[in-house]
Amino acid sequence: MPKVKLIRIREEILSENKNLADSIRADLSRRRTTLLNIMSSPGSGKTSLILRTIDLLSNSVSMAVIEADLDSTVDADKIAETGTEAIQIETGGFCHVNAAMLEKAAAKLDLDALDLVILENVGNLVCPAQADTGAHLNVVILSVPEGDDKPLKYPVIFKGVDAVVLNKIDYLQIAPFDRESFWEHVRALNPKAAHFEVSCTKGTGLESWVQWLKGRLQ
Amino acid sequence: MHELSVTESILNTVLESAATHSVSRILKIHLEVGELNGLEAEWIQYYFDVLSKDTMAAGAQIEVHRKPSEFTCHDCGEVFPLDLKSVSKVTCPTCDGKNCSLTGGSEFYIRDMEAV
Ligand SMILES: Nc1nc2c(ncn2[C@@H]2O[C@H](COP(=O)(O)OP(=O)(O)OP(=O)(O)O)[C@@H](O)[C@H]2O)c(=O)[nH]1
Ligand SMILES: [Mg+2]
Ligand SMILES: [Zn+2]
Repeated sequence: MPKVKLIRIREEILSENKNLADSIRADLSRRRTTLLNIMSSPGSGKTSLILRTIDLLSNSVSMAVIEADLDSTVDADKIAETGTEAIQIETGGFCHVNAAMLEKAAAKLDLDALDLVILENVGNLVCPAQADTGAHLNVVILSVPEGDDKPLKYPVIFKGVDAVVLNKIDYLQIAPFDRESFWEHVRALNPKAAHFEVSCTKGTGLESWVQWLKGRLQ
Repeated sequence: MHELSVTESILNTVLESAATHSVSRILKIHLEVGELNGLEAEWIQYYFDVLSKDTMAAGAQIEVHRKPSEFTCHDCGEVFPLDLKSVSKVTCPTCDGKNCSLTGGSEFYIRDMEAV
């Protein structure tokens, strides 16, 4: 009987996706285009935050949006109404956007003319956390009605992002939400992430969000 | 979770590795997965059996080694396990400090494989 060999691998699962993501990131950087990946549960305010961001930045930043809403063009249509280009990704019911899907969608954009591409990922706090899309900036939105305990329940997504946006702060008066403990949990998982508190419907807190974003464009 | 794409990725990686090590059959694959990555081991094995059917990895067994989530206290240096599902605060059990951060539990890699 042949001897069993133990072969050391030590490679990340999904390393193929990671390699493609790295090359997308490098290609976009060469074109001085920044890719922002926005993640959250369904309904936390991804589209609302994107619309607010377009409103505040489209005068000075040239941008486009890639929408990955499941089998619907509702969000893409809302973005297109603002005059900003919106591309619908075909996720085929997939639970997250991966680098290959992003590459295909981005090929439809005139990347050299763009400063910022915003990706609205599929509404889900688990799967998008594990698939690098090639984004330079990863942001997770949590909304007040979802509860302050979410970071500890979905630690992987909070651990990997550059910024955490707490949306729907207009609900703070009526919802039992402990802001201090929420941010404490976020810090425990991710000491480096930037923190924002906003209300996309009221328009509160958005100025510091767009300033942060502007400061990170390449 | 997206066990199917994860399994495809595992299969591609082990087949590549097998090709460079001149082996002809893969028997066992060891994964190291932090408990914070909610990977369903049974589904991985199920998909793997289907995807690997006509390859040298057919019949290989996948063993998932779970890594507990671990925090490190930046005040006193204590490293402590914490079950995030049952706590509402992250505090150091030694000094009661709150200046702690997650240092283990999100591992997600293929450690090694047994092959002949
Ligand atoms: N009260 C309140 N409602 C908000 C706020 N931001 C968004 N909403 C509402 O929340 C709902 C969902 O917002 P969207 O922006 O569509 O959320 P989304 O994350 O894009 O949702 P999906 O794409 O379906 O996953 C809409 O009815 C918004 O009007 C806010 O700051 N306060
Ligand atoms: Mg949306
Ligand atoms: Zn301590």
